[in-house]
Amino acid sequence: MSWLLANLGQIGAAALAHVALSVPPFVIGLVIALPLGWLANRYRLSRGTILVVCGLLYAIPSLPLFIVLPGLIGTRILDPANVVVALTVYAVALLVRAVADALGAVDREALLSATALGYSAARRFWGVELPLAAPVILAGLRVVAVSTVSLVTVGSVIGVGSLGNYFLDGYQRAFPLEIGVGIVGTLLIALVLDGLLVLVGRLLLPWTRRGAFAGARTLGAAARLGAA
Amino acid sequence: MNWFGDAAAWLVDPAHWAGSGGIGVRLGEHLGYALLTLLVAGAIAVPAGLAIGHTGRGRAFVIPFAGALRALPTLGLVTLLALAVGIGLLGPLIALVILAIPPLLAGAYAGVEAVDPLAVDAARASGMTEWQVLVRVEVPLALPLIAGGLRSACLQVIATWTVAAWLPLGGLGRFLFDAIPIRDYGRMLAGSILVIVLALIADGLLALLQRAVTPTGVRAITEGSGTRRALLTAP
Repeated sequence: MSWLLANLGQIGAAALAHVALSVPPFVIGLVIALPLGWLANRYRLSRGTILVVCGLLYAIPSLPLFIVLPGLIGTRILDPANVVVALTVYAVALLVRAVADALGAVDREALLSATALGYSAARRFWGVELPLAAPVILAGLRVVAVSTVSLVTVGSVIGVGSLGNYFLDGYQRAFPLEIGVGIVGTLLIALVLDGLLVLVGRLLLPWTRRGAFAGARTLGAAARLGAA
Repeated sequence: MNWFGDAAAWLVDPAHWAGSGGIGVRLGEHLGYALLTLLVAGAIAVPAGLAIGHTGRGRAFVIPFAGALRALPTLGLVTLLALAVGIGLLGPLIALVILAIPPLLAGAYAGVEAVDPLAVDAARASGMTEWQVLVRVEVPLALPLIAGGLRSACLQVIATWTVAAWLPLGGLGRFLFDAIPIRDYGRMLAGSILVIVLALIADGLLALLQRAVTPTGVRAITEGSGTRRALLTAP
């Protein structure tokens, strides 16, 4: 316990470094995955190709990827950027699939209704398709965020500092409390980031509330009636 | 890129393939650890997942459990159990079994859960016992998702045994951790390439298995379930 109190400042610094390594991968990952997911959903050929490449990228184990990246992108060996880039690759690989499936699951009749109302393709995408797909994309983003926070700790074995350092140091000093601090700290960061994503979802996607969503359903039902 | 030249030169040197610390032995260790982990985890998780899927009991427990374990840092669990159990394979083995259980459990549970209730009712109506319903109807229809869970668990296990070589243990991770202190980037890169190739081959073989065990009538239905599988079993 006294160890914990004496090292509180250092633990805080490691936690901040951990957050700084965790957030960019899933934010950048989402920005890259949106157009790729759209492309994967749009054409049959691109769907097959993009999803196969994502599956292959996702199959690469993290530690070897951290080590191979400097040879591929010219970063220094043991540069923290290797960890951020590798985790971004995983985020993209998972999110592209989530975005493609989310867009694919949007009610076709809602899209037809929008077209019938005179929406342009771009306005239909931003105004109807993406908002209706957003809850599923958010679910995928939450998974990616949580697993990114956990994967950051692997970087500590190649000297990229995070709460993962306490696993190695605690093992070498045969001090389980230190490992426990690393585990609990990592879980707390995951929990807080996940909570923040839920909160951002509530603020940005108010239509996921039941009443608002019923409106979208009604639009689809109206289109169905019109078609009949 | 000179580094890849170094790695290639290291890989083609026959001296690095033979002997007690050679690539052959390390690859065998890695595969042995991985198979042992998957066997133990599968023996626990698959029956449990099938039971939960068949009876519908314990459902509220599975999904949060799988989610919580995804957040658990693998290296933390490995070092903690290695410290608790002592030097050797047992500590990290227990840690890796714990990590491999959620994807296997989720695959088995989701597989049975996704079976058309009409098919199950029809089987019951034609006089099958509960056991026959499970073995002849639910399990065959659930096989693609069970194999999907195995695929995720296999990737997780191959990756984590690489990291666990820090402890120190055998396996392909040895090449990385032995080379880091002496800054032998060629060997680190060669070891990394070996792990990546192993993971891709294992994943490819399991993808073929998944295809082979998918009943023809189910193939069309499972096409769209990629995200669901990924959400349930991501590492």
